[in-house]
Amino acid sequence: MVPTVIRSRPSTSADVNRRAMTAAPLSPDRSVPFTRAGTLLRFAARRDRRRLVIWVLALAGITVYATTALGAVYPTAADRQARAAVMQTPAGILFSGPGYGTRDYTLGAMIANELGLSVMIAIAIMSIQTVVRHTRAEEEDGGAELLLAGSVGRRAPLVTALGLTALADVAVAVVVTAGLAGAGLALVDSAALALGWALTGVVFGGVAAVTAQLFEQARGATGAALAVLGVAVVARGVGDVLRPGGGPLSWLSPIAWAQQTRPYVDLRWTPLLLSVALIAVLVAAAHRLSRHRDLGAGLLVPRRGPATASPLLAGPASLLARLQRDTVIGWTIALFILGATFGSLTDAVISMVANNRQLARVFALTGASITDSFTAAVTVELGLCAAAFAVASILRVRSEESAGRVELMLAAPVHRRRLLGSGVAVTASASVLLLVAAGLGEGFAAAAVSGDAGLVGRYLVATLVHVPAVLVILGVAALLVGAVPRFAPLAWLVVVWALVAGMFGQLLGLPGWALKLSPFGWTPKVPAEHVNVLVQAGLVVVAALLIAAALAGFRARDVPA
Amino acid sequence: MTTPSAVEIRGLTKSFGDVRALDGLDLSVARGEVAGFLGPNGAGKSTTIRVLLGLLRADGGTVRLLGGDPWADAVELHRRLAYVPGEVTLWPTLTGGEVIDLLGRLHGGLDAARRAVLLERFELDPTKKVRTYSKGNRQKVALVAALAADVELLVLDEPTAGLDPLMEEVFTECIREAKAAGTAVLLSSHILAEVEKLCDTVTIIRNGRTVEAGTLESMRHLTRTTVTAVTSADPAVLAGLPGVHDFAADGHRATFLVDAEALAAVTGRLSSLGLTSLVCAPPSLEQLFLQHYGDRLPAPEQVDPGLPRGDHTSRMRRTRGDHGLMATSSSHSSSSGQSQRAGDGPDGDPITPEHVG
Repeated sequence: MVPTVIRSRPSTSADVNRRAMTAAPLSPDRSVPFTRAGTLLRFAARRDRRRLVIWVLALAGITVYATTALGAVYPTAADRQARAAVMQTPAGILFSGPGYGTRDYTLGAMIANELGLSVMIAIAIMSIQTVVRHTRAEEEDGGAELLLAGSVGRRAPLVTALGLTALADVAVAVVVTAGLAGAGLALVDSAALALGWALTGVVFGGVAAVTAQLFEQARGATGAALAVLGVAVVARGVGDVLRPGGGPLSWLSPIAWAQQTRPYVDLRWTPLLLSVALIAVLVAAAHRLSRHRDLGAGLLVPRRGPATASPLLAGPASLLARLQRDTVIGWTIALFILGATFGSLTDAVISMVANNRQLARVFALTGASITDSFTAAVTVELGLCAAAFAVASILRVRSEESAGRVELMLAAPVHRRRLLGSGVAVTASASVLLLVAAGLGEGFAAAAVSGDAGLVGRYLVATLVHVPAVLVILGVAALLVGAVPRFAPLAWLVVVWALVAGMFGQLLGLPGWALKLSPFGWTPKVPAEHVNVLVQAGLVVVAALLIAAALAGFRARDVPA
Repeated sequence: MTTPSAVEIRGLTKSFGDVRALDGLDLSVARGEVAGFLGPNGAGKSTTIRVLLGLLRADGGTVRLLGGDPWADAVELHRRLAYVPGEVTLWPTLTGGEVIDLLGRLHGGLDAARRAVLLERFELDPTKKVRTYSKGNRQKVALVAALAADVELLVLDEPTAGLDPLMEEVFTECIREAKAAGTAVLLSSHILAEVEKLCDTVTIIRNGRTVEAGTLESMRHLTRTTVTAVTSADPAVLAGLPGVHDFAADGHRATFLVDAEALAAVTGRLSSLGLTSLVCAPPSLEQLFLQHYGDRLPAPEQVDPGLPRGDHTSRMRRTRGDHGLMATSSSHSSSSGQSQRAGDGPDGDPITPEHVG
């Protein structure tokens, strides 16, 4: 058997004939591959209407809410300038934007600079999911076969998926523009900001259209597209920290292009041409790739595998570990690189603050060392990544159940406690592994740039301090999976809340109790603060109780439920 | 002391929300016996099996599995049984061989020699990823894993739905061997020929209730033999004999149904009429099945007993809906207390020619 290679199918006369046959009863023009795309689009829109309407309204709602909230929290120019000082710190830049307008930090500049990144990530995720759902996922579950057996053009599903995604992204732009203009911001700048966000969404929809051709499974296609998104986010962040206002590295990232329009400060439209050009390239590439593969197949040819199982594959834990292996490896590498990226900024942080008297004052006020504050801020992000992994990983048990495979395990002599317990154990171990990788990446990089080997241990502790909080989120997700599986996806709300509270809690002036709803709200900001053993133990106890309830719930219910 | 039966279900009920999936179902499987479990789609076969496997919790009734409680003692009991689900979904990224080994190890190891023999008999390539298998091949993976396990009971939920006729034959042999080795088998199916070929007893369910249960022999006496005869004398006199139903004559050619207990008397009378040709079609399970779900027996003049069964059934299908020609079998099902009238079958027709062919 040939190892993994690109399978390319030269166009033969048979192909031409087949195409001619498809065309015969319809029209012989070149639109044949797209026949019925309009019908498919209406069908797809109907199936997705609730999901997309919720996405669009949520994104627009968050933007409009943030606009009014920021107006209330930072009513005066002085308040906003104080905020601008924070946003010029490396951590501030990393998690917001290039910082245009920080000299005169108006409400508009604030929205563009601080809200843009999160909204763009959300739009990109929506776009990736929509494209994959209507392309690869359809092929995987056989729906596409049924559609293409009808008089539907071969490439109509791809066009449909991209069209629906573009419509949803444009809808976000329209509603956001209306909301921002309604809140009193300049209409043209608001439109530019919203259009930039929407185009970024379409760019990542295009990325997903390409990965959907490469991978046989929807999971792989989504994962690869999300990885590209992650790289784009990090590249923009690092590029902007290395050179305020955006350096060459920033300009490689589609995320930066939308931010570089400088809305409400010094508007220019040209960066958006880069987005449009990339969309055109990606769409053309996806179509080209789709011509070279069969329905249901990827471009990466599946290989044969072993005829017998390795002795390690002997129970639910080893099975779940095996199923998640590639995902865990991917996340581990990603978090190591992300940690190393943060760690390598240590030197830049010190020199940046040394050159900026205002920044030095901010840090002097908080009483912590510059690098410690920075480290504490970025390791929370690493912890949130681990929490997101934990939720995705334990929800895998639920998707295994929906697919009917848990039934197969439980029909063998496997106790339900052992099955869900294995899921929790595998997830918890992998989450710790991710945090170790992130901490080591951060520590090694910081040690390398500063020459202080002691930083490795210090950064590792700063990262691992988030393990109890991750376990609590894992516990909540496990409880939903175990006891009320229909609501299992709600576990994502906990992650989203932790993210909102962690990133915007201070910005939006959320009350203390609201911040404490996130388990990360309890974790001390190590190394800027000391480790609090009591709090950590408390979080672990909460996690243990949640997991015990999850196992009891799973024992008592029907499978599948 | 007597060993408890493999499966003993009495008055089982189970609801999902407003839907009553099982409504007083009875089922028993003796040790070492192959028990057929028949019913149309949606009758509750898979739900019953899931209750037996401790996946679903019974709402009411008693369920005993190998002498234990399937819900409370699930893990212990599962060591002694193997299961093939109706819809076999496996882990797409594992190979068939890996899945077989995994399921075997969950049972505490499997016999490598037996595994190899089964792989060969079912012509299954264990190095292919599950994702690339057809439905039939996935089913083979589950079958090999189940048959390679050393168990007292095999629970098979429509196990041959995706197999080709050759593989069905291999499956039949394997079940016969399992039976010879003393393994009890619960075989759910809507494939009548399969049940007829393999099973010692049959339980027929509909809408979550048992409508008929017993040995094939005990059920056959309930069904009428189809007789087609050509006589030199006018056969019309046969119509009045006790035990003769749905009589139709076309000149000297008569077709009718006859009750098992009246068969001797009727054949005696036939020979006295100067018999020149006689074809007797034995009561098939299809007739039993139609009695409960299709609700009609074939109109005599529509049946050519010389045809193989598949054609026979397709002819029956074609005649459905023609009330004038059809006889109901309602008088017949009184024994089960569940009288079925013509036309009250499920909306979807449970029997299609390919299922019985």
